[in-house]
Amino acid sequence: MSTLLYSDVEEDLRASVRQALDRPAGGDAWRALATGIGCAGLAVPEEFGGAGASWREAAVVAEEVGRAAAPVPWLGSVLGTAALTTAAVGTAAVDTAAPLSAGARDLLPAVASGDLLAVLVLPLSTPPGAPVPATVRADGHALTGSVTTVADAQGAGVLIVPTPDGLYAVDAAHAEQTPVTALDQTRPLSTVTFSSAQATRLGDGAMAGAAWAAALRIGAAVLAGEQLGVAEWCLSSTVDYVKTRYQFARPVGSFQAVKHRLAQLWVDVTQARAVARYAAGCVADDDPDAAVAASLAQAHCGPVAVRAAEECVQLHGGIGFTWEHRAHWYLKRAKAAAIALGTATQHRAALGDLVSLPPN
Amino acid sequence: MQTDELTGRVREFLAAHDPAGTQRLDFLRARFDAGLAWVSFPVGLGGLGLSRAAQPAVDAAFAAAGAPDNDPLSIGIGLGMAAPTILRHGTDEQRQRWLRPLWTGEEVWCQLFSEPGAGSDLAALGTRAVRGTGPDGTDGWIVNGQKVWTSMAHQARWAILLARTDPDLPKHQGITYFVCDLTHPGVDVRPLRQITGEAEFNEVFLTDVWIPDGYRLGGVGEGWRVAQTTLMNERVAIGGGAVPREAGMIGALSRTWRERPELRGPGTHDALMKLWVAAEAGRLAATRLREQLAAGQPGAEGSAVKYAFARLNQEVSGFELELLGADGLTYDDWTMRRPSHVDWENRSPGYRYLRAKGNSIEGGTSEILCNIIAERVLGLPPEPRADKDVAWKDLPR
Ligand SMILES: Cc1cc2nc3c(=O)[nH]c(=O)nc-3n(C[C@H](O)[C@H](O)[C@H](O)COP(=O)(O)OP(=O)(O)OC[C@H]3O[C@@H](n4cnc5c(N)ncnc54)[C@H](O)[C@@H]3O)c2cc1C
Repeated sequence: MSTLLYSDVEEDLRASVRQALDRPAGGDAWRALATGIGCAGLAVPEEFGGAGASWREAAVVAEEVGRAAAPVPWLGSVLGTAALTTAAVGTAAVDTAAPLSAGARDLLPAVASGDLLAVLVLPLSTPPGAPVPATVRADGHALTGSVTTVADAQGAGVLIVPTPDGLYAVDAAHAEQTPVTALDQTRPLSTVTFSSAQATRLGDGAMAGAAWAAALRIGAAVLAGEQLGVAEWCLSSTVDYVKTRYQFARPVGSFQAVKHRLAQLWVDVTQARAVARYAAGCVADDDPDAAVAASLAQAHCGPVAVRAAEECVQLHGGIGFTWEHRAHWYLKRAKAAAIALGTATQHRAALGDLVSLPPN
Repeated sequence: MQTDELTGRVREFLAAHDPAGTQRLDFLRARFDAGLAWVSFPVGLGGLGLSRAAQPAVDAAFAAAGAPDNDPLSIGIGLGMAAPTILRHGTDEQRQRWLRPLWTGEEVWCQLFSEPGAGSDLAALGTRAVRGTGPDGTDGWIVNGQKVWTSMAHQARWAILLARTDPDLPKHQGITYFVCDLTHPGVDVRPLRQITGEAEFNEVFLTDVWIPDGYRLGGVGEGWRVAQTTLMNERVAIGGGAVPREAGMIGALSRTWRERPELRGPGTHDALMKLWVAAEAGRLAATRLREQLAAGQPGAEGSAVKYAFARLNQEVSGFELELLGADGLTYDDWTMRRPSHVDWENRSPGYRYLRAKGNSIEGGTSEILCNIIAERVLGLPPEPRADKDVAWKDLPR
């Protein structure tokens, strides 16, 4: 098992990402992240112009994105890039007898440089182990069909579309997007519709299945990093607040009822950090335990982030209920993220199968 | 030192000391003298001055060779609490005298801290130590008082002991830390039966017990500071060990689920998986804590690990009893015994349920751990306190 601590390189990356996301509004945070720091290419192999780092580093980026509740398409980018790299180079878990995708290899350099945002077209609420959906059909090189609640597709240059009989890439200009009014306004959702859209075939149905499964697993692990970041912000901003808010001539943070809630939350966040690190390490190393680690991470980190955000609102009192205070962005992000890529209940059910604890 | 070199040393040691042909105690003493006992301890004291991270490889190499171990479950208080305190605060002479037989298990240790009037508020303790002259005419201390909840005192040869040496100072300042020889006259150990039916712990009455001054750890009045080393290590020792997935109670529960499909139901599956996830999260957090400590990073997470361990054990064992239905109504044995360690594995689910209730009390209650996390880790303001600057003798009780 690889380390659960952060390396110095990861801490440097964290500092750069934090700085980029802190920049005053108006600046393009996504460009700064994707091209400026080079996050877009982090987990792309060097032969395709990437940094040859791993999903472990991508998870550190996610932590900072979560901490800032930043409206950047990091999750969408991770899902798309994970599907493409799997198609291009395979994974240990996948039968590599399937020929690797030349089409995916052609797309990766532009994705790695940050010039082309590739987003995987899937309903954000897709649970673990779900089969490739049949909502989009291919007729030769034309796709028809529609997918709801796709995350981060609005800024995408290319849409990666898995179908039961093949993996396709569609120029985003060839698809119709209808924005959805989302609970979490920091992660835009849309319905993506293809009407005989011209598509490039990247691989067959087996490859589509492999890319889909890898993307769901990697996405779940990286999303856990984001949930950790959300939880950490909620905890630390609440701790700061209760130290300075006075009632009954004392800081409210000196009341034991408040202290114990925050102490318990800290225990849970501490565990979330270990679990999220473990999942990131497993997907980075293509570890045989990766599926367990990813579902474990979603089953644990999703609820922790939600509880952290709920405690944040409650312990801020009235100010925490206002539009003006930042707490609500985190609450909405945490709750939506707990549904994204499967709820905790769905991940627990998946874990039961994975570790031979069957339901009946 | 690289892992290869270290396991090479273990191999050399095993070549020179055939585990099958050597007496257990001789083997353990030789292992200690070779620095292969606790490798993070200094050379000459059973170690090689390495990082704690090097230990698992050494233990695994000995276990693989079928070598006898020091039965760590039965000497947990010595290994986990007394040893780090003696190492940190003891004199060279004290370390030489106590650490080797402690590690080999020849001499069992117990912890004489809690008193009837001083539990969570340990610093309020009233056992008195006054200066006196020993039977051999040397300087030392005469101790009087009562200790309680003393685990394994019935097995122990030595105790770490906190006693008040100056009642006129505020409570944290007048305490001194001693090592007490339990074979000395005046030590009376009586069993205290607990909710499981057995008696792991005891009450210990100390009447004019002689302690030589050479058995003092740290300066006079420095006892509270020295005790912090013990208490910090206690929290890591409880629930912080390196274990594989599904070790401990969750393992017993998972086995029951796999072996008895007739117990399964739709409502219980999600509850089971929640506990499985919590167990794995706790295990990984403990793993990360050990990595932090090995890397020399502060391990404030120690209190978190102990807190989570207690919560998990209670939830898992409570769920297991309900899952068992009719079998959950039974208990293995109420006979009053004097065990040498806590037997989670071989006793019944009812025992696990009851014994786990102690996990949130022993080694600092869960409420006290939350106070510690809130104040020392999160930096939240302390409760208003009435007892800080008052002489111990004037405190309300
Ligand atoms: C199985 C077992 C083994 C033990 N072994 C040993 C041993 O070997 N050596 C030894 O010295 N001791 C031992 N103990 C004693 C243990 O350390 C104490 O029981 C513990 O510290 C609690 O003290 P108390 O029992 O006096 O409870 P109290 O301190 O009286 O606590 C009663 C309740 O009040 C709560 N409380 C107290 N103060 C506060 C506060 N400030 N804020 C919020 N809540 C508070 C507590 O959490 C608890 O719920 C053992 C205990 C058990 C159960």
